[in-house]
Amino acid sequence: MDALDLARWQFGITTVYHFIFVPLTIGLAPLVAIMQTAWVRTGNERWLRLTKFFGKLFLINFALGVVTGIVQEFQFGMNWSEYSRFVGDVFGAPLAMEALAAFFVESTFLGLWIFGWDRLNKRVHLACIWAVAVAVNLSAFFILAANSWMQHPVGARYNPETGRAEMESIWAILANNTLWAAFPHAVAAAFLTAGTFVAGIAAWWMVRLARTRRPDDVELARNVYRPAVVLGTVVMLVAGVGVALTGDVQGKLMFEQQPGKMASAEALCEGEEAASFSILTIGDLSNSCEGVRHILEVPGLASYLGTGHFSGPESFLPGVDDVQQQYAERFGETDDAGDPISYTPNLAVTYWSFRLMIGFAAGSALLALAALWFTRGGRVSDNPWLARIGLAAIPTPFLASSFGWIFTEMGRQPWVVAPNPTGIDEIRLLTMRGVSQVVSPGMVLTSMIVFTLLYGVLAVIWYRLIHRYAVEGVPATVRDESPEAAGDETDRPLSFAY
Amino acid sequence: MDLALVWFLIIAVLWTGYLVLEGFDFGVGMLMSLLPRGDAAHREKERRLLLNTIGPVWDGNEVWLITAGGATFAAFPEWYATLFSGFYLPLLLILVALIVRGVAIEYRGKISDAVWARRCDLAIQVGSWVPAVLWGVAFANLVRGVQLDEAHQYVGGFWALINPFSLLGGATTLVLFLLHGSVFVALKTDGDIRARARRWAGVLAPVAVLVAGGWAVWAQVAFSATWTWAVVAVAAAALVGVVLTNRAGREGWAFGLSAVTIVAAAVLIFGSMYPDVMPGLDGGNALTVAEASSTPYTLTIMTWVAAFLTPLVILYQGWTYWVFRRRLTVDHIPAPAGLTWKKIKESAF
Repeated sequence: MDALDLARWQFGITTVYHFIFVPLTIGLAPLVAIMQTAWVRTGNERWLRLTKFFGKLFLINFALGVVTGIVQEFQFGMNWSEYSRFVGDVFGAPLAMEALAAFFVESTFLGLWIFGWDRLNKRVHLACIWAVAVAVNLSAFFILAANSWMQHPVGARYNPETGRAEMESIWAILANNTLWAAFPHAVAAAFLTAGTFVAGIAAWWMVRLARTRRPDDVELARNVYRPAVVLGTVVMLVAGVGVALTGDVQGKLMFEQQPGKMASAEALCEGEEAASFSILTIGDLSNSCEGVRHILEVPGLASYLGTGHFSGPESFLPGVDDVQQQYAERFGETDDAGDPISYTPNLAVTYWSFRLMIGFAAGSALLALAALWFTRGGRVSDNPWLARIGLAAIPTPFLASSFGWIFTEMGRQPWVVAPNPTGIDEIRLLTMRGVSQVVSPGMVLTSMIVFTLLYGVLAVIWYRLIHRYAVEGVPATVRDESPEAAGDETDRPLSFAY
Repeated sequence: MDLALVWFLIIAVLWTGYLVLEGFDFGVGMLMSLLPRGDAAHREKERRLLLNTIGPVWDGNEVWLITAGGATFAAFPEWYATLFSGFYLPLLLILVALIVRGVAIEYRGKISDAVWARRCDLAIQVGSWVPAVLWGVAFANLVRGVQLDEAHQYVGGFWALINPFSLLGGATTLVLFLLHGSVFVALKTDGDIRARARRWAGVLAPVAVLVAGGWAVWAQVAFSATWTWAVVAVAAAALVGVVLTNRAGREGWAFGLSAVTIVAAAVLIFGSMYPDVMPGLDGGNALTVAEASSTPYTLTIMTWVAAFLTPLVILYQGWTYWVFRRRLTVDHIPAPAGLTWKKIKESAF
């Protein structure tokens, strides 16, 4: 493997890993804020217990999101310095804005929230978690603004003297239609993740307690866990619809903006009208079209996803061969070394990641439906299947997000900055041109091994902590620690300490 | 004043903020292995006490680094690209150190177990000592100049970054952060540990005068501009001030003056680099502020963003320090609230 392959693997590993923690953070912060708001508003202790319980799980998760995020920012310069030189004038701005506008807020106000239970007025303390909740979502906006520009560069011009992209309009970059499809899609997916997490854990607890038949346990199930199941389920339903709708918008944009990605999502070799969506396809891994055979197809669906038409001339989807031909004519058939350039993304990876994304996202729908049914009309369910579905559903939105990112990034290849069909041709960059020139394969390999091992260890610790703290359940007793309720003596032990 | 220079100054400010704020975080982390006294249980309480002096603020302090990195990317892409690809291995070490440190701080109390606490302490030690030295090594190399080719790519390799001047630079940040951490602990705690922190500060301050003073004079004589002599003088006076105020028990003043020392060190570093962002070794192929900068449009946008948001950041971070202004003692540290190791190992799902 050369430095390019290693750098790509490293980016894939560190990004997918980072994005395990990110969606849960983005979705769970607002849910914890809602729980705490309910506590402050109603004074009902159930909401304080849930806030403390899910707040703890949120913090365990947040820590890994933070530390793996630093790697993301440094990695562009370390492994992809030529990319950074080409795009820095445009791409650096949203990253810097994220740090200034969002990351400062989330880390500072989270510190206030964690340690401030007994220091801050109840409403001010509540405002802190809301500040975190808003900021994590703002973070997502700026990061997706940067990523959307790589998918669909707008608002930039090309400087032939320096050979670099230059920003022409920040407003165009922040108004990029790719961003306004990707941002709600990612945020909806994050809420789906958090809703499933809350509903899944609470459903498991509700069933577990209800099955003991002890009045205290059943009361706890009814009084504390059932409301959390309902909250999580409502969030899942709304977010699930949001994911589907925004995903549909993204499909149409992708068809216009990155036809190669759409074609490879369907492993469609030659363009066709009324293209089917296949559930299963077999092929060899040579990335050539000859071996591809579609089995089990839904007629016209692929065309609909891309064009909005099931059949007729307007439903024409170009295949990867058409895209290869178009790009070769427009951007050249060979690279500097005289080797032919393949403009076809890895078909097996894009095809399957696209399906796995959709399939796993649908997985949590099963929990939502089961939870709705079993909790209808105020019921407290003791059905073990609800508990099983609840636990099984928790990982599915995480996996869906991972595959979604693998799809959208691998489907953009061979580009790191995909050319905009209605934009300026010079604003484009092949991934192979983005890699650092002075970094040896040995160095990239070293960092890749170090990060992979370290991340592996951290994943085990993260999982065990989340798992065990979830099994601990809500705190048995809670009290109002706010200064207005508990007084402000200075020699009392801290309400929270590391 | 042209925008590239403005942004050079803003990035200097962001780095300065980072070094001043995370400087005492690193110092407190390092002191966790040096300050605690007494029997095992008491030492554990004191380690937790130290950790909790930075508990609410350490993460916000680290964001100054993220912002410095992002702002460098936005305002000086060439600088960002050359620096981060060139200083690859030191940055890798720093990243690993910051990762294990951050996780250890957050997870230490999640499991109540002596072995777990020791492992987390080890991670906090690595995560505090390593960056405390490496940031000095990295910045000293920027003052000294590094080997660049005509395309401004760094071609010196890893070992060229290790030289007597950069090692002394590493020792400088190490001792300054240790001192900064000990005056911070003296300011933020009460009781026996406060007195010990002051004694440490009393020992560290003269060492800092020697080490940092030696490095600064070397930098001045070999690499820096004339005007930065004034900065060296400020740093020296501030360090003497730390000695005096610390001895007099004026802990707020001692902390402020220690911060002034670090600010002065940062001004010396960036002042010596200017007008380059990556000075060449012996002046060759330097990457200048003007060459490295983004276009005026990008810089204008970013100036508005920074001018609006940076004061806000300073305001709410300052408020955080006000909220948690109370001195902590070992009596403030509650009983461990984490799950036991036995529970962690059980499986119930």
